[in-house]
Amino acid sequence: MERKIKRLAIIPAYNEQKNIGWITKTIRALDREIDVVIIDDGSSDDTVYQAVQAGGKVIKHSCNMGYGVALQTGYKYALERKYDYLVQLDGDGQHDPKYIEKLFKVIMHEDIDLVLGSRFMEVDQGVKVPLQEHSNGMARKWGIRLFGSLVSALLRLRITDPTSGYQALNRRVIQFFTRDFFPCDYPDADVIAMVYRAGFKIKEVPMVMANRKTGASMHSGLKPVYYVFKMFLSIFMTFLRKKPTLKERAQGPRQK
Amino acid sequence: MSAKQKIAMMIVCVLLFLFVLDLVRRRKLREEYSWLWLFTSAALFILVIQYSWLEFISKLIGAVLPTTTLFIGALVFLLFLAIQFSMRLSKLTDQVKNLVQENALMKEKIEEMSRDVEPRSPVTDSV
Repeated sequence: MERKIKRLAIIPAYNEQKNIGWITKTIRALDREIDVVIIDDGSSDDTVYQAVQAGGKVIKHSCNMGYGVALQTGYKYALERKYDYLVQLDGDGQHDPKYIEKLFKVIMHEDIDLVLGSRFMEVDQGVKVPLQEHSNGMARKWGIRLFGSLVSALLRLRITDPTSGYQALNRRVIQFFTRDFFPCDYPDADVIAMVYRAGFKIKEVPMVMANRKTGASMHSGLKPVYYVFKMFLSIFMTFLRKKPTLKERAQGPRQK
Repeated sequence: MSAKQKIAMMIVCVLLFLFVLDLVRRRKLREEYSWLWLFTSAALFILVIQYSWLEFISKLIGAVLPTTTLFIGALVFLLFLAIQFSMRLSKLTDQVKNLVQENALMKEKIEEMSRDVEPRSPVTDSV
């Protein structure tokens, strides 16, 4: 007998008490078959309580480790509990939960390993989707586009929004991401490059993202400067390193 | 190099060497980190005694004064040490990351198991 397909939504959250509740509730209302796991990255506010109230399962980091680490904890959870498909979205309200279905549809029914939600893809099956204007300003928008074209050029694959954190993965990619080389500070365009180089299939799906409702952005202060530097370095490094072999990909998390 | 300079340098080298050894003896410093320190103090000592070697190296790298060579040597050593620390830090960060993740996953598992054992007890969610 074929076992039931297990689907999971993971939401890394750090001090998101205002957003985490409605996001979790919306996903639960959308499809009760989708399990929701919130990875609380050492929040000092009511995030955990709000998440539990909304019906989510919460995994708590003992201290604040950063967005990427929280994501990877989610991947490790998914791998351990043998989930087949996973959607990740941010806990700050930028990512509208209604697109989850769309992402799951693509990852489950097409021959694709990783699906990205893109803000900049204009055409969705012939229908023009309104482009997203970001209040964060031109610099950020062009920054994202720059990485998009850089990755597109290097990979010979058209990616419009490689910095998107709204993604769906299948089991093979989940396993790949639980390895130690997953970049845990800002997993971003470099991850897409890495995934593609490892031979996985990537597809973008257009969607509209809201500006964040409340709370502080990850990208503030001097961080954008470091961020740009880090992206260049790690995309470059991804191409210098040896390609992960099929055998390496097939292995589970490395035990040290 | 005057005799005064020589004696001063030798004393510094010997003290450093002994201090590092003592740290290892008292388990304040792990053996794996001691070798770079011991190696440097020994090398410095040899260079002070064998002054001609120091002069030779100075000529080789184009330094005018042999003391400059010593300073450069010290700088390079500090650089290596700093890099060694950075490497160690990167590794530690990775290890801490894995521990926090494993800990979080285990905590969740334990909570789930205790929920199954006592279905009526409220879930504790104190932060």
